[in-house]
Amino acid sequence: MCLGIPGEVVEIQEDHPDLAKVDVSGVRRTINIGLLADEGVSCGDWVLIHVGFAMSKIDEEEARSALEFLETLGKAYQDEMDALRDSQID
Amino acid sequence: MRFVDEYRDADKARALAAEIARLCGPGREYKFMEVCGGHTHTIYKHGIEDYLPENITLVHGPGCPVCVIPMGRVDDAIHIARQPGVLMTSFGDMMRVPGGGGNFFDSNAEGTNIRMVYSPLDALKIARERPDVRVVFMAIGFETTAPSTAMTVLRAAKEGLENFSVFCNHVTILPAIKAILDSPDQRLDGFLGPGHVSTVIGCEPYRFIVRDYGKPLVVAGFEPLDVLQSIYQLMLQVRDGRAEVENQYARVVPWQGNPTALKVITEVMELRPYFEWRGLGFISHSALRLREEYARFDAERLFDLPGVRVADPKSCQCGEVLKGVLKPWECKVFGTACTPETPIGTCMVSPEGACAAYYNFGRFTRARVREASVR
Ligand code: SF4
Repeated sequence: MCLGIPGEVVEIQEDHPDLAKVDVSGVRRTINIGLLADEGVSCGDWVLIHVGFAMSKIDEEEARSALEFLETLGKAYQDEMDALRDSQID
Repeated sequence: MRFVDEYRDADKARALAAEIARLCGPGREYKFMEVCGGHTHTIYKHGIEDYLPENITLVHGPGCPVCVIPMGRVDDAIHIARQPGVLMTSFGDMMRVPGGGGNFFDSNAEGTNIRMVYSPLDALKIARERPDVRVVFMAIGFETTAPSTAMTVLRAAKEGLENFSVFCNHVTILPAIKAILDSPDQRLDGFLGPGHVSTVIGCEPYRFIVRDYGKPLVVAGFEPLDVLQSIYQLMLQVRDGRAEVENQYARVVPWQGNPTALKVITEVMELRPYFEWRGLGFISHSALRLREEYARFDAERLFDLPGVRVADPKSCQCGEVLKGVLKPWECKVFGTACTPETPIGTCMVSPEGACAAYYNFGRFTRARVREASVR
């Protein structure tokens, strides 16, 4: 729950601008981007995700190194990804 | 150094460690607290302590939200789950946190329906799809997750959902740091500031630590190099007799935090006069509850809670571990009666808990240190 996981925004929902589809290591899920409304989020941006919400924008290089690091954590990261896979936010 | 050696930047790590060693004054001891459980995890997983000179000690702080939930709150959650028509939801990390009468799995074995969800929005979705059940989300976490809960409540209000509520257990990090600074059994030289909490609150709120206590704080990232770099920055400050708030993790943490997130928290939640933290006791203004305007989403007002304070088991020394006074392996039941499979205390449950992190990775490190000292 405390791990921030990086995802790439691949689609913003037109009828629901607070929601966006992100790609996290190949897993595509919907998250809420309302907390970044002031900064603005567009497709291709990378964000750090906590419990289904984008909390901050990061650059691609940071996203890659964060992912690489998370993979070294093993089970803690696996559990987080499993939880994300089960998520069905809409 | 096995663990860091597996890390891609092992050379850089070694160079930084050498710089840190050079800053150590002869015969001087240094003690830094890593506030956040994420850092504890990195430190054990990558064997950071093996890298550091012996006179630098890292002590673990209270920044593991699962670990600081007192037993009474787990019992309260189970009490809510037992009410007719209730479906309780929470993060996976909560499922094995022991209450006075067992954990959520035990409770489910006796007939409750407590489910793990990834996000409060998943709980909201269940509520939308199941108008026949009362869905309660047990919210936990520091400022990192509080905005998500607040946003979810706003969404529930907008949709006019009547079968969704939140059992709010959000805590705030600053009062806990202050309680540790005020406690006489801990002498610290500085802090590694929590990375993700700071994406929300920013760096400014830590100012009181340097101003009122004269201790440096460096907001730190989670990779081994981040942790070493932050320790280096702390050591520089100590050597120069400075105490400042620095942001080592600026690539993720904006100095001003996330103003939208802070606004949403304040809109939906307010500070409680006091809240019990496992191990640290009651701390004033250290937790959040829903505001009166959102009472209809507040499980604490919708359900009559026993609210009984349950003392931790006698054998449990989580309090000392959370304050950084004891190292995990110094607890009498560590690794024997208390393991991740059968946790007695909370620090063994979450992967960010000091005892679990140490149990999973640190034992090897420690064994090597012991071997070396025997030799
Ligand atoms: S070993 Fe178990 S009981 Fe002891 S401090 Fe750690 S979690 Fe608590």
